[in-house]
Amino acid sequence: MSEQTLTIDDHDHHDHGPAKGLLRWVFTTNHKDIGTLYLIFSLTMFFIGGMMAFVIRAELFQPGMQLVDPGFFNQMTTMHGLIMVFGAVMPGFVGLANWQIPLMVGAPDMALPRMNNWSFWILPFAFTMLLSTLFMGGGAPGFGWTFYAPLSTTYAPPSVTFFIFAIHMMGISSIMGAMNIIVTLFNMRAPGMGLMQMPMFAWSWLITAFLLVAVMPVLAAVVTMMLMDIHFATSFFSAAGGGDPVLFQHIFWFFGHPEVYIMILPAFGVVSEILPTFSRKKLFGYHSMVYALIAIALLSFVVWAHHMFTVGMPIGGQLFFMYATMLIAVPTGVKVFNWVATMFKGSLTFETPMLFAIAFVVLFTVGGFSGIMLAIAPVDFQYQDTYFVVAHFHYVLVPGAIFGIVAGVYYWLPKWCGKMYDESLGKMHFWLSFIGLNLTFFPMHFVGLAGMPRRVPDYALQFADFNMMASMGAFLFGTSQLIFVYLVIKAVRSGKEAAQVPWESAEGLEWTLPTPLPYHTFTTPPVIEQK
Amino acid sequence: MNLSTPKGLIILVVLMFGFGFALVPLYDVFCEITGLNGKTAGQYEGELTTKSNEKAREITMQFIVNKNDNLPWEFAPNQNQMTLALGEQKQTTYRVTNTYNTAAIAQAVPSVSPSAAAEYLHKIECFCFEQQPLEAGEHKDMPLVFFVDPELPESISKITLSYTLFDITNSTAPASDPHKVKKVGN
Repeated sequence: MSEQTLTIDDHDHHDHGPAKGLLRWVFTTNHKDIGTLYLIFSLTMFFIGGMMAFVIRAELFQPGMQLVDPGFFNQMTTMHGLIMVFGAVMPGFVGLANWQIPLMVGAPDMALPRMNNWSFWILPFAFTMLLSTLFMGGGAPGFGWTFYAPLSTTYAPPSVTFFIFAIHMMGISSIMGAMNIIVTLFNMRAPGMGLMQMPMFAWSWLITAFLLVAVMPVLAAVVTMMLMDIHFATSFFSAAGGGDPVLFQHIFWFFGHPEVYIMILPAFGVVSEILPTFSRKKLFGYHSMVYALIAIALLSFVVWAHHMFTVGMPIGGQLFFMYATMLIAVPTGVKVFNWVATMFKGSLTFETPMLFAIAFVVLFTVGGFSGIMLAIAPVDFQYQDTYFVVAHFHYVLVPGAIFGIVAGVYYWLPKWCGKMYDESLGKMHFWLSFIGLNLTFFPMHFVGLAGMPRRVPDYALQFADFNMMASMGAFLFGTSQLIFVYLVIKAVRSGKEAAQVPWESAEGLEWTLPTPLPYHTFTTPPVIEQK
Repeated sequence: MNLSTPKGLIILVVLMFGFGFALVPLYDVFCEITGLNGKTAGQYEGELTTKSNEKAREITMQFIVNKNDNLPWEFAPNQNQMTLALGEQKQTTYRVTNTYNTAAIAQAVPSVSPSAAAEYLHKIECFCFEQQPLEAGEHKDMPLVFFVDPELPESISKITLSYTLFDITNSTAPASDPHKVKKVGN
């Protein structure tokens, strides 16, 4: 994006606004509407998944069995994971992509607008089906979000079939969303914008979309095999019939490891947009950032078995997966270095999006460090299935993925709705979230190293203090998200008018557009002159 | 395959879905070639290989059994441990009793530890090659004939062969849903 001047041809004035009535939202093919739908859906799921986390943390507030029976506790941990991964984080990023990608690359809309509508509207049905399992006989799936066979086949509740169908539908939705993004980015960039001039958010989504297209079908395949084992007497994962339960884990994690990068790469992109703006400097090392993204994506296909060191693997396999995993720290380190170098000697200001972005860099790195510890095969035998793992992946997902989405919303909200949010409420949201999440997840490192297993409703007495601390942190973190909802509603309804470029020195095509944003933008592509 | 068009991407999606299923045979082939996972091969059909002249090294074989799903049947090796020379053909038997009052079908699934030894254990005859139908209350001594390849690495001096016994009566009758039937039985 270096050294560009932008000329906008804005002679087109027969703009028409959105259709009237509620059906507008059902039939819309406008990327801005669909982006909004995705973001609202994601926020709703975030609160539903969050309420499940409340149940989990309330039960774990003190040792002993308090509130729920162990079976329901397992259903809560399972559904919390599934809803946060597939319902909150992934649609949240697709929502950001829908809003921002056409604006950032100068396209009038997404390339396949009708498919865009379809890919969103599948989601409410998929999640209604998934959530309806909670009210079925035998209860919701309680086999963990990783649904290892044969726990999820032979020993599963009858509702597992609904779970499988819900996963199929979410997968179809994600694949269509990803295809749309790839086709848009390859074919609808403004004239003069080469791939290497794309904004970093667009790059991160291009890589993510390819990961999605490559691995979501593998997830579909593995749940299809489960379906066949359950209903059609096949034996993919049943040892008695010549199958192998370990095979399930291999196929699942072949999907699962790229999936964790699907949940973090777009956040890398968001942060790479925000840090330069509030540091008043160019992003440091644009090219190395792109290559690091590609390297992370490629490596993610050859490290899956580090999730299953303890299932029994020859030493050669353990060494390979251990070293390959640690290799990922190199491109990730390049990215963290570049973010820090972007801020270095910059003239920093700390508006809410910047606070979330800095917290992202610091706390994601904390999660990365515990990831390196988990990558070491011999010590993983100790950490496997303890709260240390829970601490690790919550550190990369909450201040990683969630903070990425929230930072993006704060950063672009003034452009989207033409109104400024309340800065002091935003800062309050940030600090309460920051304190709450560290209070929740940091003590989990300690209880994990001391041997507390994950997915248990009760625990030994020596873990009581840290668990109480974590539960209080969780309640703080959860309730402070209500500030965010209030803040967004307040901004949309009665916020101050935002300037066209609300952030000093924000760069990119989206800021060349007028505020409030017209319903249709870039109907004439912007001309990008390369100096 | 042009990956910048929907058509190309749909082809990629279909291919990756197929790849998910292709992982099933690939995994078996991979385990068989490398001997990972402790999977033993099927019936051995080659020559009985012995190194002449040299005195063959002696190793220990241990036989253990597991019963899946806490199957209430009696199932045990008639000999828990034996010492044998490499290349020496040996026979042993396992005793199984169907304690149900109905006929049932059992299937044993082998596993070898250390897994590196799996490819050197050659089974000439094994009850695990076939399903074992048992009448109510029937006893059976099921045979195993095998030898250990003289090429076995020096580092291995003890091999544990484990059999897990599964009750597959319901899964072999495809007309009924295996899981529902099983749940009623419990």
